[in-house]
Amino acid sequence: MVQTHAYNYRDNTSLYLVSGALVFFLSLALLIARYAADQAMEVQSWTFIGLAMAFLLGTIFWASNNADRNPFDEAEYEDTIVKWGVIASVFWGLAGLLVGLIIALQLTFPNIFYFPELGWTNFGRLRPLHTSAVIFAFGGNVLIATSFYVVQRTCRTRLAGGMWPWFVFWGYQIFIVLAATGYLVGVTQSKEYAEPEWYVDWWLTLVWVGYLLVFLGTLWKRKEPHIYVANWFYLSFIVTIAMLHIVNNLSVPVSLTGSKSVQVFAGVQDAMTQWWYGHNAVGFFLTTGFLAIMYYFIPKRVNRPVYSYRLSIVHFWSLIFIYIWAGPHHLHYTALPQWAQTLGMAFSIMLWMPSWGGMINGVMTLSGAWDKLRTDPVVRMMVVSLAFYGMATFEGPLMSVRAVNALSHYTEWGIGHVHSGALGWVGYISFGALYCLAPWLWKRKDLYSNNLVEWHFWISTVGILFYMISMWFAGITEGLMWRAYNEFGFLEYSFVETVEAKHISYMIRALGGGLYFIGAVIMAYNLCRTALGHGEARDEVSATPQNDIHSTLQPAE
Amino acid sequence: MTDDNKPVDEHSGLQTTGHSWDGISELNNPLPRWWLYTWYITIGIAVIYMILMPAIPALPGLGTNTPGLRNHSDRDNVSLAISEMQQKRQSDATALLDASLRDIETDRDLQQFALAMGESLFGDNCATCHGAGGRGAKGYPVLADDIWLWDGTLEGIETTLRHGIRHEEDEDTRFSAMPRFGQDGFLTAAQISDLTEYVLHLSDRSDDPEAVERASGNWVAQCSSCHGDQGKGDRTQGAPDLTDADWLFGDSKRDIFDTIYHARNSHMPAWEGRLDDASIKALAVYVHSLGGGE
Repeated sequence: MVQTHAYNYRDNTSLYLVSGALVFFLSLALLIARYAADQAMEVQSWTFIGLAMAFLLGTIFWASNNADRNPFDEAEYEDTIVKWGVIASVFWGLAGLLVGLIIALQLTFPNIFYFPELGWTNFGRLRPLHTSAVIFAFGGNVLIATSFYVVQRTCRTRLAGGMWPWFVFWGYQIFIVLAATGYLVGVTQSKEYAEPEWYVDWWLTLVWVGYLLVFLGTLWKRKEPHIYVANWFYLSFIVTIAMLHIVNNLSVPVSLTGSKSVQVFAGVQDAMTQWWYGHNAVGFFLTTGFLAIMYYFIPKRVNRPVYSYRLSIVHFWSLIFIYIWAGPHHLHYTALPQWAQTLGMAFSIMLWMPSWGGMINGVMTLSGAWDKLRTDPVVRMMVVSLAFYGMATFEGPLMSVRAVNALSHYTEWGIGHVHSGALGWVGYISFGALYCLAPWLWKRKDLYSNNLVEWHFWISTVGILFYMISMWFAGITEGLMWRAYNEFGFLEYSFVETVEAKHISYMIRALGGGLYFIGAVIMAYNLCRTALGHGEARDEVSATPQNDIHSTLQPAE
Repeated sequence: MTDDNKPVDEHSGLQTTGHSWDGISELNNPLPRWWLYTWYITIGIAVIYMILMPAIPALPGLGTNTPGLRNHSDRDNVSLAISEMQQKRQSDATALLDASLRDIETDRDLQQFALAMGESLFGDNCATCHGAGGRGAKGYPVLADDIWLWDGTLEGIETTLRHGIRHEEDEDTRFSAMPRFGQDGFLTAAQISDLTEYVLHLSDRSDDPEAVERASGNWVAQCSSCHGDQGKGDRTQGAPDLTDADWLFGDSKRDIFDTIYHARNSHMPAWEGRLDDASIKALAVYVHSLGGGE
């Protein structure tokens, strides 16, 4: 294939547009910082100014260093941004897991891990820091990095938008830091998984629309006749999250220079909107997004065709159609009208098999390569993630049944459920993808050490089991204690007794979380050494033989 | 259905769909039967459930939503359960309100009812400060011993519960205020230090007789009117006995100095209005039974 020189023409438009946008938002932030209505807003503005300045200066430095080449060359994949995505994923993953461990210890030993003179270490501020860090910072970066990698490979074209993917990536990091520091200084709109206030929501909306356009643009200029299944899942994730984010964060700022806003919805409407969002953040962020990862990395890693195209179509459409209605099961036995609760439960039950479709398709893709479960710990990690996915997506419909929910709701069982999905499914499929990506991106023969992957796998798996089982135990225990009446019709246990009853379970949970964190540290070390080219990774090879877009053109074309 | 242009997967012997993305191809196995039938069954269950329960909104002529064949309503069920529970408790609660301490002590059934009710209420309303079983904490009196600041009789405990201590919104609250001797400048730090020795000497713990001697004037002038000449306290004013080993805010020199300097004047809320009469009576019986009731 002859490389045409037309590709080497450097188009700087996106570079100027992104820089211009940054200058605009920097000026806006300076104005807000100057006239800030409250101290939190001032802190947040200056944080933004610092980060956006760093991004702008970095861009200028990068552009001037690349004066003699075309950094937007259509003949090459944009892999540098994916490398940054891998680094960011590992960093935020470690940070999020560490905060999780800290709050687990705060719950277990409240008399030791309590620092009243440091208000920002309060459980109430660290908890959303943990959830946002693991879901949006870790999970979000894994999704952005893998989607940028996968969409390029499966469309055989470079990411669209020139500089804009960089705006998406760094803009997203700015969102993370603003949200996280906001929680610590006490800024929150008190909505689960949607705590950031209006100005951070607006910024994320902007970044997310950029993400959508970059993704669509890349699909638009694809050189494959069909769109690969992983990209359907990525696209459904990006589109739905945009919709959920915007509707659930509809609010009116109290002041355009202040950090506080008032929600548009109130009462039960607000609760329903919130859990429509919360449930589908799980559905479209943590499920379809990570199924997209599964649909690329499992067949790629085991080198087998996907089990069933038909199953992927049926379970994709049924999953996204049914998932969106199941939110009311978070509001059983509340002020929510009962007909909505009925529908929430009915749709949750119907959701069970569509969820399992992805698991079947992933696991069955291994047929003909089952031996890899033994020989390749990365494959094992990804297949075990599907097992946890299957378990969590059975447990979910089960807990949505009103009679079960009457026992499980508000207890630690919910926490256990979330974490078997988060640690087992989201965590493991992400780790699998990161283990694949590091040698591919840094062009190494293999990982630094497959033994360390084994260690990571087993330590984390024991950690997840400790976590899950202790929380089942604690949840069912406290659920039964809450509903126990004595013979005279009075509550048998006071609330504090039900808290005391969980102490041992809390210790085991913290131990499980600690093991999982240790596993992640081992991974971070392994990935670092891989990128640096140590150990087994020392030979520089093109691990993915199809790195150059033109060499992959099929003979038929 | 074979299409010669589509490659065959060697392992399964099946043709792929013919497309390949970055080396990934797809087989087109049929939907697993067990998967499909299980899905149909769950859809069937969901539909039946929607027919039985309130479900579909905004159908013309059906009001806000279909009521469902079972005509089920959570709200009705909750009100029913609450009224059944109230009825169940009503006769015992009425008997409790009318009963004297002697009645309760002699009527075993009534006593058990009162203690069960009191224990349940205590756990959720009182244990936060007074500890499980009334074991107390610094600043929060132990309720399981026989030392009472105000009154340890059943009626006395009930009054405390009803009106609280230093709960100024309640006219009948138990009230007394120890002056903030240091903070408000009535005494100097040195004088308070001497008084601390004097208080220690009341329980034979002072090793500075000169300080005790220096403080004796201030003791008479400032303290004895409430705590008594011998420091035995005065229950009518909630003034604690300073000669025993029971110290609400700590028995160290430092703690006692702080108490005299800043005063403590702790607060207990009034429960009248927050709990009903039977609940307050039951709580009084329960607290009275913890070990020190008079």
